[in-house]
Amino acid sequence: MDWLVLSDAEWTAIRLSLRVSLVAMLASLPFAIAVAMILARGRFWGKSILNGIVHLPLVMPPVVTGFLLLILFGKRGPIGAFLAEYTGVVFSFRWTGAALACAVMAFPLMVRSIRLSIEAVDRRLEQAAATLGAGPVWVFLTVTLPLVLPGIIAGMILAFAKAMGEFGATITFVSNIPGETQTLSSAIYTFTQVPGGDAGAFRLTLISIVISMAALMVSEVLAHMAAKRVDAA
Amino acid sequence: MSLVVEIRHRLGTFSVEAAFSSDRGVTALFGRSGSGKTSLINIIAGLLRPGSGRIVFNGDVLVDSDNRIFVPPHRRRFGYVFQEARLFPHLSVRRNLTYGRWFKGKAGDGPSFDRIVDLLGVETLLGRVPANLSGGEKQRIAIGRALLSNPRLLLMDEPLAALDEERKAEILPYLERLRDETKIPIVYVSHSVSEVARLANKVIVLEHGRISASGDAATILSLPSSAVSRREVGTVIDGIVEATDAEHQITLIRAGNAEIRVPHLDAGIGKTVRLQIAARDVMLATSKPEGLSALNILPATIIEIGGAAQGMVDIRLDCGGVTIVSRVTTLSRDMLKLHVGKPVHAIIKSVALDL
Repeated sequence: MDWLVLSDAEWTAIRLSLRVSLVAMLASLPFAIAVAMILARGRFWGKSILNGIVHLPLVMPPVVTGFLLLILFGKRGPIGAFLAEYTGVVFSFRWTGAALACAVMAFPLMVRSIRLSIEAVDRRLEQAAATLGAGPVWVFLTVTLPLVLPGIIAGMILAFAKAMGEFGATITFVSNIPGETQTLSSAIYTFTQVPGGDAGAFRLTLISIVISMAALMVSEVLAHMAAKRVDAA
Repeated sequence: MSLVVEIRHRLGTFSVEAAFSSDRGVTALFGRSGSGKTSLINIIAGLLRPGSGRIVFNGDVLVDSDNRIFVPPHRRRFGYVFQEARLFPHLSVRRNLTYGRWFKGKAGDGPSFDRIVDLLGVETLLGRVPANLSGGEKQRIAIGRALLSNPRLLLMDEPLAALDEERKAEILPYLERLRDETKIPIVYVSHSVSEVARLANKVIVLEHGRISASGDAATILSLPSSAVSRREVGTVIDGIVEATDAEHQITLIRAGNAEIRVPHLDAGIGKTVRLQIAARDVMLATSKPEGLSALNILPATIIEIGGAAQGMVDIRLDCGGVTIVSRVTTLSRDMLKLHVGKPVHAIIKSVALDL
């Protein structure tokens, strides 16, 4: 069973993938909730344009997304240079860049899931909360958000799974540097490019399946718990 | 306390145009469905912004379109009980009840939690979630939730309409207690003659978005109108429970000098109750009848005979200081030679007064 033992480099890739996906998921969550809220409730000119931009990474080739990120967030890119100078956050060829690429690719899925569940919220409950003295912010925090929770959880898991599998945009934007930007997917790809790498590729594939399966099951449990709390009154 | 409403609001081809004021007690906005009652109460609550007009509560200007004033609902401190309970599904019954307490700030103490729980009889429900409550229980919790937000005014939009007769009978006594035991003025939207008869002090009749009549409950309900069909016309009498007969479940109510027996009434001696007596449930006899199952045979004098319509007339009677209306056919009127001043006996089946 020796072929099942993971090498240090493989462990590194797994840990890196988990970290990148978690950060991508958590960092994009507040933005996803805000955008979902705007798309679900807002009535303004240019709403369909915003909707289009949010969904672009879903339909564009990942390489194109990666390339755009490279142009915008690269060392000399307008946003990348600005952030590097004022906040010290550097994206290019760092794991943070991989997280950014994953977040962008997963964003439409997360927004979509949250938006659908915001649209399903009974607005009459929000009116009731207002008549009880709750201002708009409190209504959102105490009524809307708890009712949207199942959608948020589903969106987070979906985004996490997407981030775990993300390959094209990441490799285009931050390349494939072992220990820094080489995620699970990139590592599997690398294994397939060298002679005798099949065993390594297979090991990582198994890990990938286990992680995906676990994520799905956790999401089922969480969604079930959340749905029980907000069962229709 | 005083609520002054003077608004115009357009909804497509329909428009609501109403001006009224209300003070203590229960003011009923009364009318058929589609008469604009719900729009009007939503405008008072602040859930709907009127096209133009003014709303002033106790000198506090809530809406003034001329000066671009519009106070949002959460700053009005008006409780609202909706037709559907609208309980928060993600909170327990207890946390639903206390929801408004987070926001009422330091503005007065308001009623205590225990007092409201006791008033509405919901002690045993506190640990449950709304999904496991019956319709009547949900509505009681909704009423308690509104009360515990310490409102200055309570708005109720057909709170009983979604309930079956049994549930209505279960909640009506609580609404009466609410009216009698709290000082909170209530604006009550309804299309039900019996609810308005039991609860309202003042009635405002709405028809096609306009006020077609207003006055005290007894006056409005004794005349046919858009909201009161001819069949439902009757009188409203305030009486006091004088005695109860446990064996036969009969309660004796005194109103003026008249004694009226009603079946199965759950009220303590000395309590004020309201009876609605439909004109078509009152018979007349020129001499005191005997061997009759009807328990209420009241000596009376005719004070007015109305005009005939569809072969029937409404006759106003004075029964020991209480006015009741009897509807008889013109044939009976002529056969019995009824005329103003004639002494008669008014006969009311107790069963017809089942509240």
